[in-house]
Amino acid sequence: MRDKIFQIVVLIISGLLVVKLFDLQIIKSSSSYFLDRASIQKVYEFPERGYIYDRNDKLIVSNEPYYDLMIIPSDVNLNDSIEFSKLLNIQVQTFNTKFNKSRIFSNVKPSVFMSGITKNEFASIQEKLWKFGGFFIQKNSKRKYNYRTASNILGYTSEVNGYEVESNPYYKAGEMIGRQGVEKTYELKLRGKKGVKFLQKDKFNRVIGSYNNGIYDSSYVPAKNIKLTLDIRLQKYGDSLLKNKYGSIIAIEPKTGEILSIVNSPGYDPSILVGRDRSENYKKLYLDSIGKPLFERGLQGQYPPGSTFKIINGLIGLQENIIDEKTLFTCNGGHFYAKNSFMKCHTNEATSTNLNNAIYTSCNTYFAKTYRGIIENYETSSIGLDKWKKYVNSFGFGDFLGYDHPTGRRGFIPNSDYYNRWYNKSWRAPTTISNSIGQGEVLSTPIQLANFAAIIANKGWYIAPHFVKEIENDSIDSKFKEVKRTLIDEEYYDPIIKGMVDVIEKGTAQNSKIKGISFAGKTGTAENFIKINGNRKQLTDHSIFIGFAPADDPKIAICVFIENGYWGTRWAAPISSLVAEKYLKGNIERKWLEKYVLDGDLTEEYLKPYKFENFKINE
Amino acid sequence: MNSNLILEKFDLLSIILVSILIISGLINIYSTTYILDSEMFLLTNPFGKQLLFVLFSIVLFWVILFFKAKLFQQYSSLLYLLMTITLTLVLFFGNEIKGASSWFSFFGFSFQPSEFMKPVTGLVLAKFLSNVHSDLKRTKVQLYSFIIIFIPISLIILQPDPGTALIYFSFFFVLYIVGLPSIYMNIFFVSVLLFLITIIFDKNNIILFISVLSGLLGLIFLYRKVKIGRLLFISISSIIFIIFIDFVYNDIFEQRHRDRFEVVLGITEDNRGIGYNTNQSQLAFKSGGFSGEGFLNGSQTKGNFVPEQHSDYIFATIGEEWGFIGTSTVILVYTLLIMRMINRANKHRNIFNKIFIYSVASIFFFQFSVNVSMVIGVFPTVGIPLPFISYGGSSMVASILLFAGYIKFDSYKKEKW
Repeated sequence: MRDKIFQIVVLIISGLLVVKLFDLQIIKSSSSYFLDRASIQKVYEFPERGYIYDRNDKLIVSNEPYYDLMIIPSDVNLNDSIEFSKLLNIQVQTFNTKFNKSRIFSNVKPSVFMSGITKNEFASIQEKLWKFGGFFIQKNSKRKYNYRTASNILGYTSEVNGYEVESNPYYKAGEMIGRQGVEKTYELKLRGKKGVKFLQKDKFNRVIGSYNNGIYDSSYVPAKNIKLTLDIRLQKYGDSLLKNKYGSIIAIEPKTGEILSIVNSPGYDPSILVGRDRSENYKKLYLDSIGKPLFERGLQGQYPPGSTFKIINGLIGLQENIIDEKTLFTCNGGHFYAKNSFMKCHTNEATSTNLNNAIYTSCNTYFAKTYRGIIENYETSSIGLDKWKKYVNSFGFGDFLGYDHPTGRRGFIPNSDYYNRWYNKSWRAPTTISNSIGQGEVLSTPIQLANFAAIIANKGWYIAPHFVKEIENDSIDSKFKEVKRTLIDEEYYDPIIKGMVDVIEKGTAQNSKIKGISFAGKTGTAENFIKINGNRKQLTDHSIFIGFAPADDPKIAICVFIENGYWGTRWAAPISSLVAEKYLKGNIERKWLEKYVLDGDLTEEYLKPYKFENFKINE
Repeated sequence: MNSNLILEKFDLLSIILVSILIISGLINIYSTTYILDSEMFLLTNPFGKQLLFVLFSIVLFWVILFFKAKLFQQYSSLLYLLMTITLTLVLFFGNEIKGASSWFSFFGFSFQPSEFMKPVTGLVLAKFLSNVHSDLKRTKVQLYSFIIIFIPISLIILQPDPGTALIYFSFFFVLYIVGLPSIYMNIFFVSVLLFLITIIFDKNNIILFISVLSGLLGLIFLYRKVKIGRLLFISISSIIFIIFIDFVYNDIFEQRHRDRFEVVLGITEDNRGIGYNTNQSQLAFKSGGFSGEGFLNGSQTKGNFVPEQHSDYIFATIGEEWGFIGTSTVILVYTLLIMRMINRANKHRNIFNKIFIYSVASIFFFQFSVNVSMVIGVFPTVGIPLPFISYGGSSMVASILLFAGYIKFDSYKKEKW
């Protein structure tokens, strides 16, 4: 019987071995798996990152080569480390520490010995490098910025972080990825697709040839160049106008939604975020809590829109038949909108205002009464307010506009729920009266206001503002062709535009006339507050202006926003008119106005809250 | 004696099967050591050397067939004595390779006595047990058999070469087949089981478990009025055994030994350090897939990632370059060869022939199954070559000697001598 046992044992064990081999070789075998083995080295080939041009084909962002001196310690054959150190312009001691460091990393794998060698250094090193074994030069490429502007819009590139490597199988540690702005939004286009070669290695990590005759290899897909909507000349001009002022200029081509210029002040040089000093410089920018250069005010700043918001209430009032062009409201230097609640107005006492002069004098009373009419036109204030909100939202307020930049804020347009929560449902139109003049709960971003200006210029429609004009061998997102309409009929825009033209002609912004060009606009002055050590403190008003030109055939819509600039007339309106003139005429004829703006310095104003003493505002 | 007559009696199928194994070994050694632009047939190259070993083995094979079988039987004790002396000498005068002094070196060739002791031990064991007075039921006979096996095992463990020593345990299997009481086998299996669970689980838990179990069983036994003496003996001795294992494993074993067990049992996973061999060879199998990457195309093989790839780990190369087809064919050939040997042995009435052939089959079976299990990662790493296939002169010659012994003694089926 036992001789049978022998055979049974042999058969069982052999059978089990075959089963295990079946498991290993057929069930667990997979082709992607075997390309990850230690015996195969993947060598990537990267396409050069795409260039970025402005709308007039001026090259904004390109690449420049830089060189890394690489070392394979085991191959180093160095008779004279002093000569070599001299060649690299470093101390012999430094040489030794660096050498030991790379040896600790790996004796046979290449590592960076010295990074960021410039073209000139490269030439002199390359000439003598053959004398020293174990060193070689690796060429790399980094971003080169040709203009010192639009830094937050362009974005920058840096090495991928651990999370990105884990979450995206494309990226490997050490590769570059676009961060912020256009670099991030259009990463896939600007990056192209790297190619890969599989090389066979032996156990000493030496490459012994191509793997499987390269049948798994792929070549890279070239990157695409991108043309932006920005006009770099206008952009630079805007930069100069905002010198010593914090704020933002946004100019949009109304017919296309193309952003012609987006200036953020204070700005910074984008090229400081390239190369070895990037993280240190980034930290510096990040820690500047007064100027906040990384904070793109045009997209991220949420401010009360101020009097510019009267326009929208006028439009809604017309659409809802609360007012027409002839409606008259009396203003006694303000009015009682509720018992004991008086809203001041800067108009003279006992004036009767119609829509036209209400706009160009920016009469608070007129638009407060209009707003109240809109809200009270419905059974309850809640329904009325929500109807009003619907109109306002159709202008893109209270939401991201869909532009191609990764940052932004929604702004805020309150609805009835919001007031129900605050006032326990016992609120009426007068409670929310600040909405009529763009104060109180309403918040908007400068790009929303610029878009609003474009809507008025187009008489009721807009295309989502965007930064990309063309992508090489590719098309831009179709949503940047799609026309969006507001809930206001076209006919109601005409009286409003007329009022806005009169703002420049005989109204609040007479200092901003452009010779030969009809300019339409609306000033705004927004109260604002800051918290200092827990105390709410009012600061000097923000200076705001929206406008477009030429009024009869708009080519440019502008929003200028100057933090703590006081009256809209003081800074925002003149700056807008200069931008419009520069764009439409190419040069400035009103040198006196230009000089006034260029010399304007608000830095004292911005330091006030940080001086730990009482200060006056609105001087 | 007419040579034609002898050929008829020889087991030709086995000769063919062994030839297949030797040829596949040569092909794969060629692949693992293949370097472009190098003269593969030179003696500086492992392939060239192996070719020489094979030619030498073939000559040796035919020489042995022309000797009288009785001669081996007569001189087996002397051979055993000589080899025991050699194994002792190698401890003092041997060349130390990879931490074990298992080798004598002459003229650039190494000679491993522990390999040649295998056929000799087989001969002596067969001779001792074929004696009319040798009944394995008798304790004295059991003791002598154990001594015959344990002398080489002890000497080889001293080298230390636990892998080769392990193969000598195949003789216990032979003893069991030819009538050793099953109590030994049972103790052996229980010991292995206790060893494994002691490594995997905590010592104290198992002792608690055994105590509770035997307590419960004891209650049942008492209730049924069965004697509980044996139960008590088993549980106490197993507890002592567990404590002993725990002591040996944690205090006598070195970390590298523990690691080998723990990697196989899945307690630790380390693909770069201790688990490197196993991981790399498993990758080779996985990349081979069903039909393999083809001769000279295995990337793990080419990159020389699997250590000892032309010797102990050659099966990984077969797995990578010839795929599941190749590996299952090799297993099939071994299985056929071993089954064939057992079948022929079963029919022998001559006890000596029977036991010797069982020994040969058992050694081949142990070597082949332990080697393959190790390479595919289900057995701890031990240095055991794959017979007829792995690179190595001593292994090849010793395997041929065993095989020649089988062919020779098998051919004396009906002769009385």
